Amino acid sequence: MGNFFLDNPDILFLFEHMDLATLARLQEDDFTRGDEGPEYAPRDAADAVDNYRRVLTIVGDVAANHIAPRAAEVDEQGHRLNEDGTVTLGEHVRRNIEVLAKADLMGFTLPRAYGGLNCPNLIYTMAIEIISRADASLMNIFGLQGIAETIYAFASDEIRAEYLPRFARGELTGAMVLTEPDAGSDLQAVSLKAAQDPDGTWRLNGVKRFITNGCGEVLLTLARSEPEIRDGRGLSLFVSDRNPRIRVRHLEHKLGIHGSPTCELVYDNAPARLIGERQRGLIEYVMSLMNGARVGIAAQSLGIAEAAFRVAREYAHTRKQFGKSIERLPAVAEMLTDMKIAIEAARALAYETSRVCDLENNNLRVMEFRKDALDAEELRRRRADSRVYKRLNGMLTPMSKYYCSEMCVRVANDAIQVLGGSGYMKDYPCERLLRDARITTIYEGTSQLQIVAAVRGVCSGAFEKRVEEYEQAAGDEAELAELRTMLARGKTRVLEGIAFIKQQGGDYMDLAGRRLVDAAAVVIIGHLLLQQARRNARKQAVAGRFIRTGLPTLERDIALVCSGDQSALRDLDLLAGPPVIPPAAG
Amino acid sequence: MGYDCIVCVKQVPDTANITGEAMKEDGTVNRAALPAIFNPEDLNALEAALEIRDRYGGTVTAVCMGPPAASEVLRACLYRGADRVILLTDRRAAASDTLATSYILSRAIRTLGRFDFVFCGRQAIDGDTAQVGPQLAEKLGIPQVTYFESLVDLSGRSARLRRNVGNGWEVLETPLPVLVTVLESANTPRPAGARRVMRYKRARSPAEVIAAVKAEMPEASEETCEREVGRRVEHLRMAGLLIDQWDLDDIQADLAWCGLAGSPTKVYRVQSIVLKKEGYTEIPPTEEGVRRLIHELIVDHTLG
Repeated sequence: MGNFFLDNPDILFLFEHMDLATLARLQEDDFTRGDEGPEYAPRDAADAVDNYRRVLTIVGDVAANHIAPRAAEVDEQGHRLNEDGTVTLGEHVRRNIEVLAKADLMGFTLPRAYGGLNCPNLIYTMAIEIISRADASLMNIFGLQGIAETIYAFASDEIRAEYLPRFARGELTGAMVLTEPDAGSDLQAVSLKAAQDPDGTWRLNGVKRFITNGCGEVLLTLARSEPEIRDGRGLSLFVSDRNPRIRVRHLEHKLGIHGSPTCELVYDNAPARLIGERQRGLIEYVMSLMNGARVGIAAQSLGIAEAAFRVAREYAHTRKQFGKSIERLPAVAEMLTDMKIAIEAARALAYETSRVCDLENNNLRVMEFRKDALDAEELRRRRADSRVYKRLNGMLTPMSKYYCSEMCVRVANDAIQVLGGSGYMKDYPCERLLRDARITTIYEGTSQLQIVAAVRGVCSGAFEKRVEEYEQAAGDEAELAELRTMLARGKTRVLEGIAFIKQQGGDYMDLAGRRLVDAAAVVIIGHLLLQQARRNARKQAVAGRFIRTGLPTLERDIALVCSGDQSALRDLDLLAGPPVIPPAAG
Repeated sequence: MGYDCIVCVKQVPDTANITGEAMKEDGTVNRAALPAIFNPEDLNALEAALEIRDRYGGTVTAVCMGPPAASEVLRACLYRGADRVILLTDRRAAASDTLATSYILSRAIRTLGRFDFVFCGRQAIDGDTAQVGPQLAEKLGIPQVTYFESLVDLSGRSARLRRNVGNGWEVLETPLPVLVTVLESANTPRPAGARRVMRYKRARSPAEVIAAVKAEMPEASEETCEREVGRRVEHLRMAGLLIDQWDLDDIQADLAWCGLAGSPTKVYRVQSIVLKKEGYTEIPPTEEGVRRLIHELIVDHTLG
């Protein structure tokens, strides 16, 4: 009986050292509510943390013993599109959903009042990573619980009571229905129409594309409710059950994540109900939903990378060439070391981001649901905190999504390289893992769009403020002095880069953004690993290697940022050559 | 309607993951050196019962005979969905062999009253006898289906069950009640349910409460301890978290049939066999190599 939680020392390490008790007190309102009816409510922080450990142990069991053994077949099986516009899920995927429901894992973060587990986002992030290691494609169902969270956060009591208990029981899965053929990265261009009947019923008409789990039972659809407003402020969010007026027209054939059905949907006067208020659909609700989803993709990326690394590590140990294990060959040893450190670095960033999300979400929840219990002073303090968290998350969330997904593709690619010819064959899971990995830098906002958001976060003052806080907590151990100095030097260089980039226009910020974000990530992650290094010798070695190899790259990136070179944009046709458009056929 | 299922479960030393000195000098299992786990095929038996309840309604009651520490496997039953669990614990039941064990279990099941199915794992990984299930059926005077793999049909008072017969399978039709011993290949045991774990992790048997009180209040008088135990047990009962606990008197067992007195099994001798790899011979993949190998096998009577 394997267990993907208990067999992962790094997740266990973070579970131990991320001060979950403080998080539990926030999540449970300091255990002062006293109105927590369900018998499974925790009594105090230690009890809640014990629950988190037990829940992750179940997730680890389900992942290792139920999900992982089916992953290869899920990849081969796919789903069936029926004539009536419904989809029959592959048998293995159906069984995966059933087992998640039986384990009570489908209401992971929902309040207990609805049958949920009321786990913090950080624990959910760990769970998504663990599930994704077993089968990345299942994350697109397990990891879509943000849909229920969105209903909880913004919908009416009536809609909540109708859907949330069924989500928590695992009877429903959902889809975020956002993308359209002409509105991909640019969601402001969404054109699916929402109009009201004389009796007030909303009706949806139009086409949506690339919808993950679009055949799910509950659809959250972004639609234009104000035809006269052309931008994002004309969009509202609607909820509908699956019904014959919403047909799946096409199932996409994808490179990877075959277990996750990707649908093209046609709405034909489909009835729907408004979530929250009109016009806040994109600018508030979807933005909130997508922030959570981006952390989810970061976690999915970690899981895929972990799976790929483990295959490579084992293979390199057992495979003999030139009379020894190939892990002892310098090139392979370096690849394995870099893969492992990249995973731990990305995990440090993603978990830290989740933790800050928990701080932000819990603060918002208290302001929203317990407003009456707060005095003016506390309300003021919480509003100020809220602004700080929002700004910090505005940097950390896109940075995590970008960093983890790019890491994942690199590690999955290197895993094939370690296995050589065997890695290229279907006999090993590496090729599937690389195919699954490839989507992570694309969906929920491409890496390039994450950078656009992250670089603005880095330049907003959030980077400097956060790093100063890390410096306060960096300790004074003599053996870590060199690393602290290197990070201080890194921070200074990044601040120089920020100062330079801010003098240029927005185009330059987007052009040089990647290098600046990469450099900032080295400093932030360096600090997170430095904190870990205070715990044990191995983590000290990890932090040492990350910072020592990261600093020269940072120097190079900042030098390029400060070069002001805009040739890629200015001389596109000269450098990339003019576009060659083939003449239309016939 | 629905079907009432009883599942017999056992806590066993984890013989699949042996660490340290697994065997004591006298040849018995050194339980201290091995972690205690849920006997694997008993989890399959529990799953078989839960599947019947989920599909047809009814109840699942798990019964475990063992020391107070065996309460842990009963909690594991609650985590997976058992409706009721009973710990059978009594010092006088110690050293019971399969005959005495099946007698004690049969008394407990009689005490429970009405039932449609009794599920047992095929065998426990500590003794590997596979005797308790069949003996229990005999004592209850009901039919038995061993090596169960799947339920073919269930309606009214009869069931059709498929059993593995080693080189194939057969389907048996049986009236209810019936005793079924379940193979690992019958199903994949469900995971623990998170909500149930959060709730039932606090479930305790009276024996555990006594041990906890004694550990927490080593100086207290017997009377104080008793009062504290009574208070805690009542608290657990009110919260629905008390694991029922029966001793041999509760099930009206004849002591002559229990424990050492009721166990005719006599262990003649236990041998400690240590398997060692003692080198190997390389056979060249040639006609000559194969001929030599065959010759060698004939000489030591492996062949012919």
